[in-house]
Amino acid sequence: MLLVNKLTIAVKNKVIINNFSYLFEKGKIYAIMGPNGSGKSTLALTLVGHPSYQIKSGTIKLNNQRIQDLSPDKRSKAGLFLSFQSPLILNGVSLFQMMRVALRGKISPLNLNNKINRFAKELQIKQELLKRPLNEGASGGERKKLELLQGLILQPKVMIFDEIDTGVDIDSLKIIAKMMKKYQKTSTYIIITHYNRIFQYFKPDQVLILTNGILRQTGDWKLAQQIENIGYEKNFGK
Amino acid sequence: MKKTLENNQFKAKQGISEDFIFKLSSWKKEPSWMFEERSKAYKIFVNKALPKWGPDLKKLDFSKITYCIKSTDKPVGSWDDLPKEIKNTYDRIGIPEVEKKFLAGVSAQYESEVVYESIKKELDKKGVIFCDMDTALKKYPFIVKEYFGKLIPAQDNKFAALNTAVWSGGSFVYIPKGVKLKLPLQAYFRINAERFGQFERTLIIAEEDSEVHYIEGCTAPIYTTASLHAAVVEIFVKKNAHVRYTTVQNWSKNIYNLVTKRAKTEENALMQWIDCNLGSAVTMKYPSVYLIGKGARGEMLSIAFASANQHLDAGAKIIHFAPQTSSRIISKSIAKDGGRTSYRGLVQIMPEAKKSATYVSCDALLIDKISRSDTYPTMRIKVADTQVQHEATVEKLGQEKIFYLNARGINKNSAEGLLVNGFIEPVIKEIPLEYSIELNRLINIEMSGSIG
Repeated sequence: MLLVNKLTIAVKNKVIINNFSYLFEKGKIYAIMGPNGSGKSTLALTLVGHPSYQIKSGTIKLNNQRIQDLSPDKRSKAGLFLSFQSPLILNGVSLFQMMRVALRGKISPLNLNNKINRFAKELQIKQELLKRPLNEGASGGERKKLELLQGLILQPKVMIFDEIDTGVDIDSLKIIAKMMKKYQKTSTYIIITHYNRIFQYFKPDQVLILTNGILRQTGDWKLAQQIENIGYEKNFGK
Repeated sequence: MKKTLENNQFKAKQGISEDFIFKLSSWKKEPSWMFEERSKAYKIFVNKALPKWGPDLKKLDFSKITYCIKSTDKPVGSWDDLPKEIKNTYDRIGIPEVEKKFLAGVSAQYESEVVYESIKKELDKKGVIFCDMDTALKKYPFIVKEYFGKLIPAQDNKFAALNTAVWSGGSFVYIPKGVKLKLPLQAYFRINAERFGQFERTLIIAEEDSEVHYIEGCTAPIYTTASLHAAVVEIFVKKNAHVRYTTVQNWSKNIYNLVTKRAKTEENALMQWIDCNLGSAVTMKYPSVYLIGKGARGEMLSIAFASANQHLDAGAKIIHFAPQTSSRIISKSIAKDGGRTSYRGLVQIMPEAKKSATYVSCDALLIDKISRSDTYPTMRIKVADTQVQHEATVEKLGQEKIFYLNARGINKNSAEGLLVNGFIEPVIKEIPLEYSIELNRLINIEMSGSIG
């Protein structure tokens, strides 16, 4: 599915991710954990093609297709999706308008509208929030729900969730986690997080520990528990 | 009816003189007072200097502009009677469709004469007058004389003087007391001859308790030499009346668009200007509202979009003369590919305008580093008991926002188009649907035609 091979990423010539290799398989759930500044978000943003991050070496392949030279919109069309850590407010642009342009020719406006409303209802997103410009007047939890909603509409092959559990209250987290579980189907999930709490609703197949831009360890969900109990420092040093 | 583009009956030589004005006025069979108005205005025009501020007008050569054109013998009665080339042009910009759906009346100006006009019987029944200014001068000379030039005298500025001297065409609208028109009145016009200045003159009178929405939308083909459009619009909004005047301007990129627009609002009346400028080489336009009656309100919502070789200098002027008056100015400007926008606004609250309020917000969006935006806001508040709010922002098109949209599968051009349309959304939502769709489309075309 998503193959990352010997990937080294730099920002303004400073290496952030060093020689990262991993194969993310179809339909599986992965957790990427690590302390602040370990390069988790850098990895996520690089995978979807953020222009500030330079790939120094290595390859990214989605279904055997090399995607690292594609523009971000083409990577999205190829099946990659990122749920942003801090989604911005899009002045004057509603979620519907944005999705309509994203899915032009693929779904009728009416069907799109119905689909948005159906998922929004399940996610308990208020109607008025959908009418407003995206994220305007939305709380942290509401923003994360709106991110997930977009993912559900776009139906990508690989969904990367950058701290979907941060700034979200316990009730919202429960709703988000249940929706993620319900609609996962054949998608691959890569969940970037600091905490274990989202994994009380579903378990990751694999946990990846990233510190200082290096993939230190992989293991099953017990590794996540272990990290939570004793911290990164004791496990891997500074 | 076969006419070619340059087959015009009255096409004056380039340039203007006292003799020309006499010929024009007598050819139009105008009353003598109008000839005198024109003649006086001509002298003012000759003696008045160009504005010493604002965009560069050096390339504007008044001696090279053709001052009057008449394209068909007389206004025609129906769509079928229109010359083919006019119909073709109108078909291209989709007017008949708009007309079928929404129009209460069409006054289509081809060159300087209204050639096509079809007013629904309903307007007649209600006593509404909607015709071109030349017709109005013939049929309703007393009303025209009472209001013509009373709000914008020829002395106001050089272009108002020029317009008064050589005006031709434009719309005349009279809404009787208590009549509220639900459908907007629309007029389309275009410039079609090279080096031809269009000087239409519009007069709108809304009697007490009346309501009207007037829309002018214009598109123009591309020509190689500079052309001038210097219109004058005067609007009288009587007690409790409501006038909304919407403009969608997309002149070709070689036209000097120098327009004077002013409205006078009486007690509890409301005047709204909605002004969208995309075209022209240079635009200078500052629609104004004089709030002379207690509780009168004035609004100005504007959009300016300047690309390469364009300088759009637009704004508003609102003067509060009476107590409890209020005003709102929302200006949105976008500059790209080296285009330049300026907001130039004046809000003046006179000593007698107690308990008045004004809100001014001007936002500029720069698409790239080579474009430019300037803001010249002036507030003259001469009474203490008022509420004054002013906000101004200049922002660059956010790269993170573009990336966010890219990450949703939206390409760069479409992402920029979405964000620009989002930026102007507060104004767009005030415009009737068919126009806002057209405007969104025009902006998307402008955005996708981006250099580099």
